[in-house]
Amino acid sequence: MIKKNIRVINELGIHARPAGMLADTASKFTCDLKLIKDKMEVNCKSIMGILTLAAGFGVTLTVVASGKDEAAAVAAIERLFAGKFEEE
Amino acid sequence: MLIKKGIAASLGIVIGKAHILKEENILIEQKEIAPEKIKAEIKRFKDALEKTKLDLDAIRVKVLAVLGKQHAKLIDSHHLILSDPLIAKEVPKLITEKHFNAEFALSEVLDRAEQEFEKIDDEFFHERKHDVFDVGKKIISNLVNSEKVSLKDIKEPVVIIAHNLYPSDTLHIRESNKVLGFCMDLGSKSSHTAIFAQSMGIPAVVGLSDITRQIQSGDLVIVDGEQGMVIISPTVEIIAKYRLRQAELHKQEIFFHRLKGLPAVTRDGHKINLMVNLDSSSDSEELAATRSEGVGLFRTEFLYMNRDAVPTEAEQLKAYSEVARALGPLPLTIRTADIGGDRATQLGIKGLKDERNPFMGFRGIRLFIKYPELLKTQLRAIYKANTAAAVKIMIPMVSSLDEVITVKKMAQEVKTELSEEGFEIKKEPELGVMVEIPAAAIILDSLLGEIDFVSIGTNDLVQYTLAVDRINQYVSELYEPFHPAVLRLINLVVQTAHKKGKPVSVCGEMASDPYAIPLLVGLGVDILSVPMKMYLRAKYSVRTMNFERFSALSQHALGLPTSDQIRKMVEEEVK
Repeated sequence: MIKKNIRVINELGIHARPAGMLADTASKFTCDLKLIKDKMEVNCKSIMGILTLAAGFGVTLTVVASGKDEAAAVAAIERLFAGKFEEE
Repeated sequence: MLIKKGIAASLGIVIGKAHILKEENILIEQKEIAPEKIKAEIKRFKDALEKTKLDLDAIRVKVLAVLGKQHAKLIDSHHLILSDPLIAKEVPKLITEKHFNAEFALSEVLDRAEQEFEKIDDEFFHERKHDVFDVGKKIISNLVNSEKVSLKDIKEPVVIIAHNLYPSDTLHIRESNKVLGFCMDLGSKSSHTAIFAQSMGIPAVVGLSDITRQIQSGDLVIVDGEQGMVIISPTVEIIAKYRLRQAELHKQEIFFHRLKGLPAVTRDGHKINLMVNLDSSSDSEELAATRSEGVGLFRTEFLYMNRDAVPTEAEQLKAYSEVARALGPLPLTIRTADIGGDRATQLGIKGLKDERNPFMGFRGIRLFIKYPELLKTQLRAIYKANTAAAVKIMIPMVSSLDEVITVKKMAQEVKTELSEEGFEIKKEPELGVMVEIPAAAIILDSLLGEIDFVSIGTNDLVQYTLAVDRINQYVSELYEPFHPAVLRLINLVVQTAHKKGKPVSVCGEMASDPYAIPLLVGLGVDILSVPMKMYLRAKYSVRTMNFERFSALSQHALGLPTSDQIRKMVEEEVK
């Protein structure tokens, strides 16, 4: 299992489009992927779940992955956050 | 007569007949599915999903054509909602385990999601629930095979009254062309529908809580998008009052329209050069129609967006030439691209991966100096586009003389290359810098020997002077263009540049603010460059002010200690 903290650094936060990109990317991996904000835990493959996190700019989320391709999955998720979800 | 107060979501006033948009009240019954029919029920659900997917594809094609890329992206996230495990996996699970019928299982899942969304305080995120329910409703209507009462069937112009409009409804509004305005029970200023109404220029009032219950189809209503009011069955007097107000607004439009082609000159005969800002080359038709005095700022970042390779010289030349042609002999100020490190990385250039503070980081000329090929390619295209000899080059994010000298050296190399290739440069384009970093304003006297003009980018100048990130909600209220420090810096720039006989332009948001315009002009700014849709309004501001009066007032403003006092002073003058 991998557990990692990631900060939301895109200005608009995890709104519909970034949530979509996250769910889309997560779905490409077979491992279990969860996003945690405070006490709330959602399936990272679920755009609806991610949206309900209401993660705005500056919020720190924890991503938890467990399964065969967990390392690659976490790396891919991290890239999305670091790349600010291609926002300008 | 009944007056309801809501939230003004989109400006304008409209008087018309109400048309209540019925919520599709599909009654969802709970049925128990017999064990042998569970497989068939799951298939029925999956078929409905599939059908909804096809519907979305069809909508996407239309949205892309009618509303553009940004809106089409929304449909993409709708696709993801369809394949969301909460729907695609959870519904079949409920059917299997609890023997629910598909509709009921889906509505259970949506109810749970709604409860989660209701817990969110942040308005922006809370509003996203409508995307989820828009999709949910589509699946349900595909399950029960009911056709939605379409907005397209509206025969006469009406004011739409709805509990809530979904993103897909707004598309029909656009297509029907019969919607004068709309009112909603739900919604806020940042909901999709409000943003849509603004872009369509349709008056709208939202957040009216129970307007759908107060109005009948056919009632006369006034939608006052200026004050966020809806008046149901207004009296004759009120109608007359609003017709007058409508006429005033209309007159103002016509009045602004009449300013087309007239010079931007103050009452006492002081001439300003009023130009436009351009964000892409596709606006050249509108550009020609605006009849401006040129382009004061051509942002070239659009060339670098949504792609994974750097734009070629030929691509850039095509874009610049297109605009240059539309302008003829008028000046075209091309700003070299102000892209950040993250963008550069996506373009296949090794940039910085993670910048803690991109606004103070690797962007503008800093990045182009580190990657000279990017700058050279852009300069080559600009030189080649300068056929009418009216093109100017502007450098963003300058903070030192070294940067200007480095850029000039590279420009020299490009010119040598071009002449070796047999390309003759008829006239050297003028070179200018953006003053956005306070350091550039303070050392401007040392830069002036190397440049021909100065342009103040007020958005960044305010941000850097006050150390305020305007999109950071905790400090954004400290973002204040009328701050005395900002005015004094602008004054310093104008005084310094004029001593050397070099013109100063302002191309940020301040240049189109009706209260800032008289101050800027009073301080001696020579050129204002504004968004095209603000062009005539800005011209109106210039033509109604008195230069001599505001020269004195601006000097006085420089001595005032607070932004409140400066604002108050201008507001009393500009009515």
